[in-house]
Amino acid sequence: MSALTAVAKVRAYELGRAVPLATRRHVHVSDRPLVFVPLSMAGEANAPLGCLIGTDEAQPRVLVVQDPRNRTQRFAFAAQLAEIVLAYVDGCTVSMVEERGKSVFADAPQLVVANPGGVEFTRLLGRSTRFRRTEGEWPVAPTVPVLGRWLTWFAESTEKPGASTVLALTTVLCRHWATGQSALEDANLAALMGWIAPWDGLTGPCAAEQAEDPAIWPPAGPATDPDFDNGVLAKLIAAYDRALDDTAKSTAMLRMLAVLREQMQPTWHLMWKAIALLRAIPPASTVEKRWLRDRQDFTAIVEYWRDNPIPQARVDNAVRAAQRLDRLERALDEVTVDAAMDDELAMAEFRLSGEAFQGSVVACDPVRTDGTGTRRKLRPHIVVATADPLRLEEGATVRSSARPAQEATVVGVERSADLTWPARVTLELRNGMGRRLIPEPGTVPELGERLCYAALETKFAINATFPKREETPWTHGGPPPPYEPEQQSTMDIATEDWS
Amino acid sequence: MTDGLDERLRRIRGDSPEKRHNARTISALTSNPGCNRRAIMDAAGIDKPTLAQHIGFPLPFGQSQFAIVRGNIFEAQVKADGCAELITLLREHLKLSLPEVSYEDLNEVGGNDDNRLRHRDTRTRLCRQEEPGTLFDHPMLTLTVAGRDVFLEPDLICFQIKGKYHIVEIKSFAVIDGQADGSKVAAAAIQSAVYVIALRNLLASRSIPADAVSDDVILVTPKDFSNRPVATFVDVRKQLTVLRRQLSRLTSIDALLSLVPERLSLDVARPAAAVVEDLRSIEARYMPECLNTCELARFCRHECRGTTRAMGRDVAEELGSVETVDTALQLARGTLPPAPEQVEATRMLRLAWSMRQESLGSAA
Repeated sequence: MSALTAVAKVRAYELGRAVPLATRRHVHVSDRPLVFVPLSMAGEANAPLGCLIGTDEAQPRVLVVQDPRNRTQRFAFAAQLAEIVLAYVDGCTVSMVEERGKSVFADAPQLVVANPGGVEFTRLLGRSTRFRRTEGEWPVAPTVPVLGRWLTWFAESTEKPGASTVLALTTVLCRHWATGQSALEDANLAALMGWIAPWDGLTGPCAAEQAEDPAIWPPAGPATDPDFDNGVLAKLIAAYDRALDDTAKSTAMLRMLAVLREQMQPTWHLMWKAIALLRAIPPASTVEKRWLRDRQDFTAIVEYWRDNPIPQARVDNAVRAAQRLDRLERALDEVTVDAAMDDELAMAEFRLSGEAFQGSVVACDPVRTDGTGTRRKLRPHIVVATADPLRLEEGATVRSSARPAQEATVVGVERSADLTWPARVTLELRNGMGRRLIPEPGTVPELGERLCYAALETKFAINATFPKREETPWTHGGPPPPYEPEQQSTMDIATEDWS
Repeated sequence: MTDGLDERLRRIRGDSPEKRHNARTISALTSNPGCNRRAIMDAAGIDKPTLAQHIGFPLPFGQSQFAIVRGNIFEAQVKADGCAELITLLREHLKLSLPEVSYEDLNEVGGNDDNRLRHRDTRTRLCRQEEPGTLFDHPMLTLTVAGRDVFLEPDLICFQIKGKYHIVEIKSFAVIDGQADGSKVAAAAIQSAVYVIALRNLLASRSIPADAVSDDVILVTPKDFSNRPVATFVDVRKQLTVLRRQLSRLTSIDALLSLVPERLSLDVARPAAAVVEDLRSIEARYMPECLNTCELARFCRHECRGTTRAMGRDVAEELGSVETVDTALQLARGTLPPAPEQVEATRMLRLAWSMRQESLGSAA
């Protein structure tokens, strides 16, 4: 929470509708996302009840499990889901393009779920299917373990800051809009959308209140409404179990299909509406770059699995965990800086915390040179007057998004005696001004120019070195045992109950 | 005195049956110790869902029968045949050689389920020196809440070995690859901590020192996607500290009742408007988190509309802890001079306001 968000929230309350928290969209929105609304049975670790899934709002596929506690039916569900997900993933591998000297797929898959619960469902379904065996006792369809690997890959990608291969809509919407209700209430997709795009001429708070009634707006899942469970679903499952012949079974099945579809449909349409709203925001300039990284990750995993079709480990080994943490830290760092440089409102957070400042150039010495070294260097000075609560000290390095290649060092900060703003900041510039002792035109900020400087820098990305897994030091448990599909523990997993 | 108090609480409750405290209600109460409304309702044993329904602010806190059935089946399985599965787990996980294990169900005393009787029976059995027992199911414990002793609906097993007692909690959420849903583990830990404190109090009355009850509770849950139970030690020292502090912060119920009208009654047999009027005379402290823990939360939220707190404690703090959204807006717009303690926060608000105006123009 920041002052900026808090102010946006009171304003949203006053207006009775959500207000923007960003001027740019910070995620990639695919032209053909795979939208997924899963429902699971209460009380079970991960028992799918059914789902709506598809790439076309007008034609969702409906999958339903008649008795979620029945193991055979669960795997039949997994096999049906696999067919859809794998076809979608394959659809992203049809063409390759050259990027920075390497071939990458022109597209990558994007899974869209309603909320973080949908990601967790994906993770658990991935976990419960990727170790399944396709022969021997309890065999599953060959596509089931492949589905498990992909679902796991999707779920893991959500940990990486800036990745867009999975969008959990409540999270993404809250990044771009502020509502007049609490974060806890924002976790309900319908209530959140009620503030952002109220329906039927309602105000935001009225729509949100309506959205809290599960009889009007069924929960976005994966958890269902307990009253629905007790009043409707329990009877349907019982009717299916009681049905004696095929006709009775298929009647029961069709009723269940219709009822569950009714539970998921409002969320389905709401999700497409949310996607359209996000698409309408102009993308930040770095979204393309991050999506390329998603495509590179996708290409890498497709190529890896082509030769090594093995499931991700249940728990990372020490080396892999350290490598992943390193990647995530870098990604977070980069995405924070990129967002600030792309979006004035993201930058405003840093201005409020004193790590950035905005102001006008009030004095300028564009031809100043520094002769202290062996060779005379061009080091212009400018003075920026700012009303921001600056917290930078002399010696700090700052950059402006207007001239990203140019480095500026704070060489002096003058404040009024009573420490009230504005302050006058003297900056010494280097780089990005041409090779001569006179700067190229336009490379040095001119008098009166309004600029924003920030002390945000992506740490230079030298890949940290990690030992090979077979050289894991004893401090980290020593080398892990090699992967062997025939191992007892894997057998255990292959046969473990799914109930 | 106590009789007068009981009589007064009975009047507040009306003729509905009393709801007993359990570990869950106590952990909810201590998560918002400043809420007098909840404290009085809980002390009076009010059926909050019925009350909320009566005044037109129902909050569905229903539990799915699937979850209940699953929980019951798992618990029954672990406890079957004199806790056979549980004993196997304890042997494996505590590395204990348990040559002889006794199992005693304290659910009733000779067909009588009177609380006081059961509490005395629990104390006698848990503290006996000759032939000490090993597993005690449903022990009846008490805890002093807001200056009043309350019985805890027992939903635990107490396990004793060599004079050391452990709380055993059976929960049906899965632990997958050694990891479980953090919020569920946290809830289980705080509930277990309530029992640890209550059990220590019970033993203290027989001069058994507090460290006889372990800080590590034993959580029994299904492993991965199966029904096989797995036992895990959960260290609840942190929860104990929090609970003790929060319990000590609860104002005594006598003092709370002195703040409200003598004839106060939340009896659902009375007209809704009259009940609402009485409810309003008890001070509440609504926070959005109440929506997860208190059945009356929608009523309190409605009452709190337009306050900064209703958007969350963090939002209220950023807004310089001003009470209403309206004041915050006036401070941000600069149409209201800040009070001395609001100067710093107001400066940030105004700056944030102007930055939003600058970037968004009319969309701000």
